[in-house]
Amino acid sequence: MQDYAQQVLEGSPRAAARLISWLEDEDERALDVMERLYPHTGRAYIVGITGSPGAGKSTLTDKLTFALRRQGLTVGIIAVDPSSPFTGGAVLGDRVRMSRLSTDPGVFIRSMATRGFLGGLAKATGEVVKVLDAFGKDVIVIETVGVGQDEVDIIRLADTTCLVLVPGLGDTIQSMKAGVMEIADIFVINKADRPGADQLYAEVTTRVEQDAHLKERAWTPPVVRTVAVEDQGVDRLLEAVHDHRRFLEDSGALEDKRRRRAREETLQMIHGELFRRIRDRLTADGELEALVDEIAAKRRSPYRVMREVIGRWLKE
Amino acid sequence: MFDDKALERIRAGKDNWEKTTLAKTLPKAPERKPVFTSISGTPVERLYTPLDVQGLDYERDLGYPGQFPFTRGVQPTMYRGRYWTMRQYAGFGNARESNARYRYLLEQGQTGLSVAFDLPTQAGYDSDHPLSMGEVGKVGVAIDSLDDMKILFDGIPLDKVTTSMTINAPATVLLAMYLAIAEEQGVSFDKVGGTVQNDILKEIICRGQYIFPPKPSMRLTVDLIDYCFKNVPKWNTISISGYHIREAGSTAAQEMAFTIADGIAYVQACVDRGLAVDSFAPRLSFFFNAFTNVLEEVAKFRAGRRVWARIMKERFGAKDPRSMMMRYHVQTGGVTLTAQQPLNNIVRVALQAYAAALGGCQSLHTNSYDEALCLPTQEAVTVALRTQQIVAEESGATDTIDPLAGSYFVEAMTDKIEADIEEYIKKIDAMGGTLAAIEQGYIQKEIQDSAYRFQKEIETGERVYVGINKYTMEEPEPTNLLKVDMKVGEIEAAKLKKLRAERDQAKWKAALDKLREVSQSDENVMPAVIEAVKARATIGEICDVWRDIFGEYRPKEFV
Amino acid sequence: MAQERKIKIIVAKPGLDGHDRGAKLLARIFAEAGMEVVYTGLRQTPEMIVETALQEDADVVGLSSLSGVHMYFFPRVVQLLREKGLDDVLVVGGGIIPSEDIPELKKAGVAEIFGPGTPTAKIVEFIKQNVRRRD
Repeated sequence: MQDYAQQVLEGSPRAAARLISWLEDEDERALDVMERLYPHTGRAYIVGITGSPGAGKSTLTDKLTFALRRQGLTVGIIAVDPSSPFTGGAVLGDRVRMSRLSTDPGVFIRSMATRGFLGGLAKATGEVVKVLDAFGKDVIVIETVGVGQDEVDIIRLADTTCLVLVPGLGDTIQSMKAGVMEIADIFVINKADRPGADQLYAEVTTRVEQDAHLKERAWTPPVVRTVAVEDQGVDRLLEAVHDHRRFLEDSGALEDKRRRRAREETLQMIHGELFRRIRDRLTADGELEALVDEIAAKRRSPYRVMREVIGRWLKE
Repeated sequence: MFDDKALERIRAGKDNWEKTTLAKTLPKAPERKPVFTSISGTPVERLYTPLDVQGLDYERDLGYPGQFPFTRGVQPTMYRGRYWTMRQYAGFGNARESNARYRYLLEQGQTGLSVAFDLPTQAGYDSDHPLSMGEVGKVGVAIDSLDDMKILFDGIPLDKVTTSMTINAPATVLLAMYLAIAEEQGVSFDKVGGTVQNDILKEIICRGQYIFPPKPSMRLTVDLIDYCFKNVPKWNTISISGYHIREAGSTAAQEMAFTIADGIAYVQACVDRGLAVDSFAPRLSFFFNAFTNVLEEVAKFRAGRRVWARIMKERFGAKDPRSMMMRYHVQTGGVTLTAQQPLNNIVRVALQAYAAALGGCQSLHTNSYDEALCLPTQEAVTVALRTQQIVAEESGATDTIDPLAGSYFVEAMTDKIEADIEEYIKKIDAMGGTLAAIEQGYIQKEIQDSAYRFQKEIETGERVYVGINKYTMEEPEPTNLLKVDMKVGEIEAAKLKKLRAERDQAKWKAALDKLREVSQSDENVMPAVIEAVKARATIGEICDVWRDIFGEYRPKEFV
Repeated sequence: MAQERKIKIIVAKPGLDGHDRGAKLLARIFAEAGMEVVYTGLRQTPEMIVETALQEDADVVGLSSLSGVHMYFFPRVVQLLREKGLDDVLVVGGGIIPSEDIPELKKAGVAEIFGPGTPTAKIVEFIKQNVRRRD
């Protein structure tokens, strides 16, 4: 077998790409490789780009990456698109706006389908971040699915989360669900040359200044105007990202953030692995179906079944 | 057009027919399918009667040829005066070969030239750019600099011919070259006539030959329109194109609706620039497709003319009737041609040309039957030209004006398409206009959904396509296909190298600096572009200046 | 137990040709057939396409060309894939391609060419039958 860990560390894009596929497929072989890569993670800075569909996230990601490249930083991009719940297929179209980056050796772009995972990311996105981190990318940009306002998982993964809003898309502050405004470390008013941009800017600024939730934090989210298509305001956005990074580093918040992330990840991994093992065991000999039959016939309750299965497992 | 009493009688008569004659026949001879639809998916009824056009007001909705609302045609005599212009789009390889072809065509009595450019020229790249690899001279002539353009029009008097150039994103550059040649020939600009396509919105919607983002692109478009209005009065400054929208899979109504939406955006942009609507609107023209579904196509053209006239009059307050006329070129439907049993395409093209004639086009290009296989051969081009000549000379369609008017079906279909167009325009307005609708991908998505629906209909056999899903047969391999010489690219690249070495460097640099300065201001770019091409700046260099200032466009793709 | 393997396919338009009706339509059809489709958009160089295939760990590359440049682009894509060690990636093509060119394209490593009017189900079936098995 190929030594993918070694190859990823040596900078083989092919090994990184294949390892990512394994992670997406929940292939068990990925586990050992990831274990070996883990000591080499934690270097990269992680930026999340989120916002409604049509907000211009891909274009912004493209331009932001160019700006990062101009500063000599290498970039990994993870672009997430939804899978169809009916067919399981997906059209991953984010690369279209990143075409000119595709042959830059300092940039690695990976499209991911959600495969039924909710929250705006794919299940394996967190792992893919680690691969690109170990692969040596300085900054990793995650572009979330843009389907609504419930895609807040990004804050668990990103060091800096940019919430992209545009005038005229119904992105008014009143329409924001509770909790969405709070995810932003930086607000981006994209397509700021459109009618309504000034109003949106004013609304967001006022909200940032007045809202107790936002205000009480030590960091006041800046509001940056961009016209990504015409490459306007992107340098200012990048500056804001750097500012936020400095803030996190200086205040020790970055360490806290990453510690929280490690805790969640560890729990999630245990959860996932435990679940996987029990499920595999139950399905391997048909026991699960037998249990379901009994539950369906109301002979036993799912609560009892759960306790028995867990109990048995813990004894082992 | 019918009084209430007459309608009452007809309604009773139709009821009676349905209950008696029809009811008796249907069980014995059932219809082929439960629902009939046009190729665009519009339901088609069993029978149309005056009941279906009872809302029609002859004077208001149809009127007379050459008069508002121009439903029946834009000229008072239409083809009784003279036929449409038979203009075949051509151009291949390098400038010299194309020049020989043009001179031949002119010797044959043709008075209008139509220039096809290769893709690098259309995308604003020089022949030696990496993206030009393999594309130079492929689908049209390669133009890098004024030198190429001079060869292309060598020995062709620009005051005697009109030239239609299919060029969009870099339209200003090609027009500048054309004008520079006119100047050298001693032809004053007011004697120069022709057309540039100059329709960037449909490139962004569906054709893909864009360079800059929409806003600066629109600025270049309006600069060209403004400049020509003041200096080249006989030039047709834009050809607002539905052709490619239809090719991309739209329905007939969508083709007309989105083209009109684009038209509204251009007129608005000119008005915003401060131009009086009647100053530039008479020089706007359109370009449409014609599919095989003859009656629906005729209805589309009639509805389009009516809607445009009303928009120009009511929305933009045009006073000059010429501002309200939808004049248009038609090309037969490229995507309707099949690679299978290619000779069948001659029949398709004939029906499409017939539709264009019955619909009242001002000029027509008929496709060659082998276009689904390769670039057209000389033989196929000749058959294509003969096809429209037969429609003009033999079919009788040209003897009277708008011969299908008054057909209950055609009038009902015209009304239906008109209603569909108006519905779309309303939606697009609500989104904040055409540019916003394009940015949100609304128009692209509508087109793609139609393309998808059509494909499904073909694959399920719901819609018959002869040679594709019915009446198929084993065929011998086609032969005699025209191929382009792959060497053209190398030759052009060598020429460029020489040009760059030999031109007056100081003059060249000064011209590009000036262009940059003007482009960053609000000034019209045209004079600076003309100076730049005269200083032998290449199309790629000029577009690079703009790429630098305006940025490059990457579309939002909607699949 | 691993997730069901999904076929990942790149749908690309090489060169400057802007006719993407077929490419977009197929992207949609492939997704409906359960594949994960990376659509590259227009104006792709062979280098861009191959780099995309590499980063995305694609199983299939589908190329569409209607401007007559297939003889330049298709073999070049296959060659670059091989150079990057991606020799098990299935390459298929479509568009306006004279049948006399097909033998040469196949010799260059293009697995199949689908002309205008090919039922999309046939294309999906071919890909499912011929796609590599990933180790």
